[in-house]
Amino acid sequence: MNRSVATPLMLASPGAVLFAGLVIVPLVLTLILSFLAYDHGTGIKDSWTLAHYMHVLSDSYYLGIFWRTLRLAALTTLICALIGAPEAYILSRMRSPWRSVFLLVIIGPLLVSVVVRAFGWSMLLGSTGLVNAALAAVGLGPVRLLYTETAIVIALVHVMLPFMVIPVWTALQKLDPMVEAAAWTLGASRFSALRRVVMPQVSMGLLSGSLIVFGLSASAFAIPGLLGGRRLKMAATLVYDEYMHELNWPLGAAIAILVLVANLVIMLAYNRAVEARARRMLG
Amino acid sequence: MGFLTLEGVSKVYGGLAAVRDVDLAVARGEFVSLLGPSGCGKTTTLQMIAGLVEPTAGRIGLDGRDITREKPNRRGLGVVFQSYALFPHMTVAENVAFGLEMRKVPRAERDRRVAEMLALVHLANLAERYPRQLSGGQRQRVAIARALVIAPPVLLLDEPLSNLDAKLREEMQFELRRIQRSVGTTTIMVTHDQAEALSISDRVVVMEAGRMTQIDAPYRLYEQPATAFISTFVGKMNRLAGVWGDGGVAVAGTVLASAPADVAAGTAVTAWIRPEKLHLRPMGEGRLAGRVASRFFLGGHWLLTVGTEAGDILVSVPNTGEEPAREGEPIGLDWEPASLRVEAGAGAAA
Ligand SMILES: Nc1ncnc2c1ncn2[C@@H]1O[C@H](COP(=O)(O)OP(=O)(O)OP(=O)(O)O)[C@@H](O)[C@H]1O
Ligand SMILES: [Mg+2]
Repeated sequence: MNRSVATPLMLASPGAVLFAGLVIVPLVLTLILSFLAYDHGTGIKDSWTLAHYMHVLSDSYYLGIFWRTLRLAALTTLICALIGAPEAYILSRMRSPWRSVFLLVIIGPLLVSVVVRAFGWSMLLGSTGLVNAALAAVGLGPVRLLYTETAIVIALVHVMLPFMVIPVWTALQKLDPMVEAAAWTLGASRFSALRRVVMPQVSMGLLSGSLIVFGLSASAFAIPGLLGGRRLKMAATLVYDEYMHELNWPLGAAIAILVLVANLVIMLAYNRAVEARARRMLG
Repeated sequence: MGFLTLEGVSKVYGGLAAVRDVDLAVARGEFVSLLGPSGCGKTTTLQMIAGLVEPTAGRIGLDGRDITREKPNRRGLGVVFQSYALFPHMTVAENVAFGLEMRKVPRAERDRRVAEMLALVHLANLAERYPRQLSGGQRQRVAIARALVIAPPVLLLDEPLSNLDAKLREEMQFELRRIQRSVGTTTIMVTHDQAEALSISDRVVVMEAGRMTQIDAPYRLYEQPATAFISTFVGKMNRLAGVWGDGGVAVAGTVLASAPADVAAGTAVTAWIRPEKLHLRPMGEGRLAGRVASRFFLGGHWLLTVGTEAGDILVSVPNTGEEPAREGEPIGLDWEPASLRVEAGAGAAA
């Protein structure tokens, strides 16, 4: 009796210890840190304060960065959905040798470090990069791409696309190809069959892909760091700056907590919408 | 004259011919069954007619029009898929309404026709369910309703009744036939159930390994099977290998009276006779003596296996309310000589 109660606890303990050690403890420490007072002369002090939160929430500099993070993450998600869904559909209708080849092409970039890929983009988009060289060749003036939001979004889309394609592709795999054919025989054009029959069934994959892409984009560090430059900051690079350049750890912690809460709220709300839909569709 | 015609239609899948050089002309309002074993190309043939599989060669015509390369949504044929292919995210009523919606039928009429059709397939009370909440047989009926509601000129059914219990199946066969008669829809039904094909169709097409080997009325198919395969696939058949002699076939030393055959004496032949064409006689009477080896009661009739000198012979005895001979009992067998047919060649006894 006693033993049967203890067994599951014992079995769960390695995971629990790992989770507590790697997630809970650092998070609690960060939370505590964010409420500690800070003085530029003497550093972190031993008294409690809400000043950091007040400061962040009332300063348009920080709010602007939060807003940019939200905007760029949402834009990246949208573009990934617009490119990824058709890509997954085409992939699922390919014949056997090509399908594996293209699947590899899509997943391949995941094997290369994000930092390397970000450097690659900075070389392509720079003022003397390939893109501007090509534009110059056709007689168009140089455009400023590097260190703009455009550059960040382009690189984020590139990095995040597999996270959109794979869930949509999985959803398509579960679909009986005859279901689409049935819609055709009932008089639906290719487009209406896609819209009325295929789309609603891959929407679950699309929604979960969006959740992943949004979460990863909103907390991306390397890409905004390398392609946004010193001035164009996103949430993660801002936190880094507060810690490493300003040395104001409590303020950095407060920003990190705020970003975490905002991310959680958005993703949970979104997830609820997804689950409500799933309940309706899958029972 | 053919309303729906296939001319020299073939389909090759990477070197493997699923359908080979098929010719078929179906008249307007006719009910044709495609009968054959698994993998013989029935579904492929049906899907070429529906426009879902492109023929490798040949022509398909509908009402004088060449539809070989026409898109499936322009053909307007009603298709019931082997896997049902219902729309999982739509309710039963929405599934059935889909075809009408695509045809821009006004809302009120759409609702009326959907309700009518659901009543016809006995699903009126399940209209708001999703396909995943239905049994196999119920899904199948949704698929039938969805195809019928658009009143198509041709109805293509891929094993539409395979998942129904015996009673419902008979009811739906009757229903399909009734609808088909009253609306005059030309219907092609795929089945591998020979009893269903025989009972419901005007003509039966038998397919073997991608070829159509016989196209005939059910009665003629049964009485005059074109190949050894058909004779055993459609109904039961006794096939005996022997040698042609005067007035009969010598099988293992016993001469059996048969219909006249156009072969020289001494040729190897195969004799065949249906179990119900054989009659039981008391021991010592009849043309052949034997002993009952096994006996099955099948309701309407008994199926006996009788061991004779010519080999084991299946005999079907109508159930008259009295038990026929018991297992182990010696008996005699008799038949009309015309019922025992003979064909040249020692054709593989099936
Ligand atoms: N998409 C495909 N690719 C390759 N071969 C195929 C394809 N579809 C069917 N075949 C082959 O073609 C042959 C005929 O298949 P088909 O589905 O028409 O059989 P069927 O008569 O409907 O059988 P069943 O009674 O089992 O449904 C089979 O040998 C099958 O393996
Ligand atoms: Mg089939």
